[in-house]
Amino acid sequence: MIALNINKKIYHIDADPETPLLWVLRDHVGLVGTKFGCGVAQCGACVVHLNGEAVRSCVTKLSRAVGKKVVTIEGLSEKNDHPLQKAWLELDVSQCGYCQAGQIMSAAVLLKENKNPTDQDINDAMAGNICRCGTYLRIREAIHLASELQRKGGGNS
Amino acid sequence: MNKQISNRRNYSSNFRLLIVIGLLCGGIGIMAFTMNKDNSLKVVKSNSLSPIKKDSVTSVKAFQQVYTVLMSARCMNCHPSGNVPLQGDDSHLHTMLPQRGIDGKGVYAMKCANCHQPTNTAGLHTPPGNPNWHLPPANMRMVFQGRTPRQLAKQLIDPKQNGHKDLKKLIAHADDGLVLAGWNPGEGRTLPPMSHAAFKKAWLTWLNTGAFAPAK
Ligand code: FES
Ligand code: FES
Repeated sequence: MIALNINKKIYHIDADPETPLLWVLRDHVGLVGTKFGCGVAQCGACVVHLNGEAVRSCVTKLSRAVGKKVVTIEGLSEKNDHPLQKAWLELDVSQCGYCQAGQIMSAAVLLKENKNPTDQDINDAMAGNICRCGTYLRIREAIHLASELQRKGGGNS
Repeated sequence: MNKQISNRRNYSSNFRLLIVIGLLCGGIGIMAFTMNKDNSLKVVKSNSLSPIKKDSVTSVKAFQQVYTVLMSARCMNCHPSGNVPLQGDDSHLHTMLPQRGIDGKGVYAMKCANCHQPTNTAGLHTPPGNPNWHLPPANMRMVFQGRTPRQLAKQLIDPKQNGHKDLKKLIAHADDGLVLAGWNPGEGRTLPPMSHAAFKKAWLTWLNTGAFAPAK
């Protein structure tokens, strides 16, 4: 059994330490908000936070997460009121939605490290998250809106 | 009949040739042996930082070998002229255009270690891994891409451009974890053009004979 801190809760996982974190989250723990897109770190659908960094859980082994804090889209905020979640709803960003958990988790690291990102900062942070539906323009707009909400203290982060 | 005679003649001249080659090889063998001995002595010496034995011809020759390794994809891809690492045997810009960042470890959600794990990921063309995966930092970019042998040689021994390395640190750098990673690049990637042992030998020879820069 491997103890894992996910969204501030300790889970005891019965899995090989080499198992990708994404499999642990979805199949062992049942947190299916994080998505499988490519499995080889190419698309960003599987991004979760590991000690605050936007790691790709499809290539991150369970062993790397031991002793660290994992946060998934389900744990990003207590009441789904992270400024990004508010902005996403406000601007109706999602199309099919498949990539969006990864998009939001990546954007959350950007906003944590840069309170007022420019378009270039957004490009630099988000270039690894692919959206098959092409919602890029709304994603950009929503990140700007979320940073505004965050600066006004309009969210819980 | 005529053919036989001429064949016999050929045999005897071939035999003479063999003896000459044999003698020459013997000579070279002895020379190589003394060179080797000499070099290892010099390595010991320069580890204790006593003066190196200058030999511009040997030095430049060794650097030509070093250069082929440093300009191979496995080394150059992380020493790009821009702020985006290179990727693949053809050294194209890394897909997703990850940025160097101040410390060379990427920016925001695009940090190297988000995809590059402590070890290689299994499978063809998946992210290679190393616990310390990074580019040179923004204030010490140590560019290889586009450098001529002369430019690169001068840059490598200039502490202001080589990460403040003195001779001792340069020697030690041959066994740096990320340098070694070049010889364990993950599936589907071509290795540098010689073994790490051969590279290290050329690197030490270059340094210990005066680290001369080629003319061009
Ligand atoms: S599923 Fe992990 S990056 Fe695509
Ligand atoms: S919303 Fe469909 S893939 Fe992004």
